[in-house]
Amino acid sequence: MKTKSFNPDRDVADWDGPTVRYDLFKEVTVCFVIVLILVAALSAIFSSPDEHPVTVKSWSAADPADFLQTAIAELSETSATGTYGPPYTATCGLCQKIGPVSLESLAGTRIAIDTAQDFVIGPLLTLPNAPALDAAIATFKAASAKQQASWESAYATIAASPSFTGSNVKAGAYGPVGPMMSQLLAMARSGALDGALLASPQLYNTNYTKPLLFIQDGGYLASLADAQNLGGDQWGMMNETGSYPGQAWLWLYTLWYQVPPMNTSSNGDAEVWAIMMALTLLLALVPFIPGLRSIPRWTRLYRLVWRRHYRSLQ
Amino acid sequence: MTVTSTEPKVAVSPNDRPTWTGRFRARAVGTFPPEKLLPDRQPTYVASWIYIFGALTLAAFGVVLLSGAVLAIEGPAWWHNSSVGLYFNSAHLWGTELFFFFMVIHLWGKFFMAAWRGRRRATWITGVLAFAISIATAFTGYLSQQNFDSEWIGTQAKDGINATGAGAFWNVLNFGQMLLWHVLLLPLIVAVVIGVHVLQVRRHGVVPPFATSRAVAAAPAIAGPAAGDTGFGEDKPAVGGDGFDLDAGVAGDTILATSDPGALGDAASNTESATTATQEGGATP
Repeated sequence: MKTKSFNPDRDVADWDGPTVRYDLFKEVTVCFVIVLILVAALSAIFSSPDEHPVTVKSWSAADPADFLQTAIAELSETSATGTYGPPYTATCGLCQKIGPVSLESLAGTRIAIDTAQDFVIGPLLTLPNAPALDAAIATFKAASAKQQASWESAYATIAASPSFTGSNVKAGAYGPVGPMMSQLLAMARSGALDGALLASPQLYNTNYTKPLLFIQDGGYLASLADAQNLGGDQWGMMNETGSYPGQAWLWLYTLWYQVPPMNTSSNGDAEVWAIMMALTLLLALVPFIPGLRSIPRWTRLYRLVWRRHYRSLQ
Repeated sequence: MTVTSTEPKVAVSPNDRPTWTGRFRARAVGTFPPEKLLPDRQPTYVASWIYIFGALTLAAFGVVLLSGAVLAIEGPAWWHNSSVGLYFNSAHLWGTELFFFFMVIHLWGKFFMAAWRGRRRATWITGVLAFAISIATAFTGYLSQQNFDSEWIGTQAKDGINATGAGAFWNVLNFGQMLLWHVLLLPLIVAVVIGVHVLQVRRHGVVPPFATSRAVAAAPAIAGPAAGDTGFGEDKPAVGGDGFDLDAGVAGDTILATSDPGALGDAASNTESATTATQEGGATP
């Protein structure tokens, strides 16, 4: 005969007391009807948020300076996407690590993005009947990397000026970059750049990675989000536009982004995910963890649930 | 007079081995006899509003699936330009909000009941798993809305997903990929995990209350099969016995336990109601 010690946080005596009538089908049906009524009422009263997304067209029209500042950063591959590292670029600029391990580096560059080609030069080349633009692009591509960097730097400097509006570009040492940026702005304002960023040889496309990365590299999207209290430091991930509850169940995940060291760490995302994975594992394994599994018995909150049962024993 | 049987003749050989179907049926019926799968009695201690939240979670899941199915009929852009579509999108949203509300209350209720006791660990783990996968399912729903929220949440969330290395394969900015995960793969996984969870509840019943010193004194002495510690395998009754007193805080008291089912002896032949309670474990999911 095997003997085993009884652990009240793991084992339990089977119930050998009385039973009462119970209607499982009735309970589930009544619950379903109650939830259906609740949902129907909440939907009728509160509806759901549906704010238009920012497009390259709306962005370039609302804030052309921000658009051009972003575009020149994409051309010089110094934007957030251009320096991101895997899975978008090979250079591991923003790679995050847990200790010595960078999981995104291990996963590799599987969604390759060349910001200069994909966001600027490629779309410009789709414009028809633009010989001057084609010549400017040819000049830019034929130039040395040093020359290209010089033109880009000159344009980035003027674009960073507070008085820059995108339409008042003074003459400068931009070389072909000036006309390229002007054409890109015109293309964006017409809506053609939105389409060009999604262009696919298959015609059909459901992958918005390129336009979303381009838009996110600018400051316009974030300014709108901040105005709606959606910023990363405003518990943004769990919120949504308007006064809706959003993904309230992400409160713990979002919490870690608000507290040090994660809120300032360059590895903040990796650290938050590591914490959340560990906590999720801990929650799943509560029945196996001494101490943790004793909390219910120590807190005695179960007495609220089973108060009738315990009263009946007295 | 000759009597002819109308039943087909079946050649039975002593060498015939059970079919896969036969084995599955025997296993299924053995594990889930009808009175256990669809009980019409339950222990008297199942008497609190907290027990209703499991059923409410299931009901909300049903409403979410139904409203999502209606949205799928016309496609993902329908609700942006149709008042009917907007209403069903709202139903999908509020159904989800209620689903998580009920599920979290259910989860914490079960935590404070230590509902993993007595070979119910798999029930707890599948519940946590359902919660975690539901979060991913809701998240892909937010990414599939095609509005400002999708745009902002996707561009913000990509850094976290990328940091895990998963972003290289699971691209939150790829609308088509996220939509398919949202409408097919993740709901399917959630439904399967919830199904396993509910079957575990049906199999093991609702966890009984912590024992008290009075209850222990009043209960017949039971020396029974091993108080379980796997929670995943065989369906032996989880029997704790006398000699423990939670109110007195004697957590580590021991009892004799055995892996021999026959050792249950007289304890298994208590009154009808007691047997029903033990075997059926009438439960709310």
